[in-house]
Amino acid sequence: MTSFLQQAFNGLVSGSFYALLALGLAVIFGMLRVVNFAHGAIYTLGAFGAVWLADSAGLGFWWALLLVPVALAIAGTLAERLLIHRLLALDPLYNFLLTFGIALVCQDLLRMRYGSHSQPYEHAPVTGSFDLGLFEFPRYQVFTLGLSVVVCLAVWLLLTRTRIGTIVRAAIERPELTRAFGIDTGRWVTPVFGFGVGLAALAGVLAAPMRAVNSGMGADLIITVFAVVVIGGLGSVFGSVVAGFTIGMLAALGNLYFPVLSQTSVYLLMAVVLLIRPAGLFGKEEHV
Amino acid sequence: MILTLLDRLNRRRAWLRWGLLAAGLLVAFGLPWTLYPPVATDIVCWGLFAVAFDLLLGHAGLLSFGHAAFWGTSAYGTGLIAIHSGVPFYVAVLGGTAAAAMLALPIGYLAVRRSGIYFAMITLAFAQMVYFVTNQWRDVTGGENGLQGIPRTLPGFDLSNSFVFYYAALPVVLLGLLAAWRIVHSPFGRVLAAARENPARVRALGYPADHYKLVIFVISAFLAGLAGGLYAVNHGFASLQEVYWTTSGKVAMMTILGGIGTLWGSLVGAAAIVRLEDWLATAGFEATGLVTGVIFIAVVLIFRRGIWGTITHLLRARAVAPVPQIEPHLEHDHDELQPTPTN
Repeated sequence: MTSFLQQAFNGLVSGSFYALLALGLAVIFGMLRVVNFAHGAIYTLGAFGAVWLADSAGLGFWWALLLVPVALAIAGTLAERLLIHRLLALDPLYNFLLTFGIALVCQDLLRMRYGSHSQPYEHAPVTGSFDLGLFEFPRYQVFTLGLSVVVCLAVWLLLTRTRIGTIVRAAIERPELTRAFGIDTGRWVTPVFGFGVGLAALAGVLAAPMRAVNSGMGADLIITVFAVVVIGGLGSVFGSVVAGFTIGMLAALGNLYFPVLSQTSVYLLMAVVLLIRPAGLFGKEEHV
Repeated sequence: MILTLLDRLNRRRAWLRWGLLAAGLLVAFGLPWTLYPPVATDIVCWGLFAVAFDLLLGHAGLLSFGHAAFWGTSAYGTGLIAIHSGVPFYVAVLGGTAAAAMLALPIGYLAVRRSGIYFAMITLAFAQMVYFVTNQWRDVTGGENGLQGIPRTLPGFDLSNSFVFYYAALPVVLLGLLAAWRIVHSPFGRVLAAARENPARVRALGYPADHYKLVIFVISAFLAGLAGGLYAVNHGFASLQEVYWTTSGKVAMMTILGGIGTLWGSLVGAAAIVRLEDWLATAGFEATGLVTGVIFIAVVLIFRRGIWGTITHLLRARAVAPVPQIEPHLEHDHDELQPTPTN
């Protein structure tokens, strides 16, 4: 039982990273019909951004949490204007390939600058753990989980309770109808892309104190997140968040009982979902 | 001057075809005379791999981002058979290829249930699973050390010389290319092309479109496996690199650089990339990812027709009756929302 709870908790913590990344992917996909392969590279850049701020400017975790996502969101906005925007009218696969190229460039630049070794980052805002008798919750992990839940809720409120959110949701679900109402949906494409990039960067900063910070950290993660969004369905913003947490937990529990599947459980889950519900758990039956 | 030359060639279409074939064969047979022979073998292996990839992307409209799984499975399968049984390397390669095709059956069965961008993500995810299995199954695959000491066995011949091995491997590659060409120009290939352009209509005509997609997926994996097996024998080892996602990206780039849907363009793209990487490695420049990424970005942004596509486009533009040439066509989800036009 103890190990069950422990593992479920660990799963939720990994799930919070899946959720933040999947959320960014989903809003970008909704608005631009682009699956951003560079999402993993942005997560990596976020973690390295925290390391760089600490090493060169002596700025700690909270500064990183504030500055890095904003800086990368601005960089993402520029990339959208200069590169991705040019291909929006074409088949979405071209932008998938373009962002793949961007991911390769980012990853290799980081490798050239920092080497393949993991960078130490010892600026966790909270340390130690909560001892609950049965087992211990590392405080920082609890913080990560809490913050990511708060961010996901905030995005949900933003999307459902504000005028901007309503416009964006309308543009995602019925772009033509929204335009027919006289709303210029094109204006929101670039800001939404920047916002999704910011979320990935935030996940990267959060990962810096607890994960190995190296140039390859985002590449493997993003492929897992792709499996998560195939399971959850990219069409639904909230579905992808719920899927992120759920799959993180299920995969971790699966590992408890079938340790040999530790790295493959998410993909097996994806295979099962494709068999019984090809559109994804929360996906609308758009096209099968 | 070049354009007048193209004009002249254009008037002799049939001769052009035969001339190209002859030139291609001449290059194929002469390659190890002009290049370091192992590099020449690499070029034909990657060339076949890229043609297999283009069969799927250019002709069926399916972007697989997981073809490393088939190339790599065959590399390991071929290596294991060659090491443990001592059969002629042709048999080992065939065994590895069969393993790749068998792996493609369940993966393809699941992946063709989705199309477009989802298909790319699903194949990528399954390939990553194959990578993890290969990495974990140390007793068999050697884990991070890879599979070493794959022999080049062929009774009656000494293939230790890479120059000789090239000529032993070439017929297999040529057979693979012939198969790809035959498939594209078969009724089966026509149905596939139709399913790419208008899946709903093809279904309405009574063709099981998903079934056709699965068959071409397995065929493509088979040819990719053929290439991967030969590659492993050429190098004498199979490493985790073979099943990693960067390998899937590399083959995609070769095809796009050569020209999507042009089949032979993939050979040109493969030759260009292998030569470039070899040159970079010799020059001591280690940032291959950086170079690959920049080429990727540039080609997708400004050179989408690719090398072969651009040449045929120029030829056609000069022809008497110009054929309208459109963007290389990838599969569209017709039911899906179109990208938001922006101002």
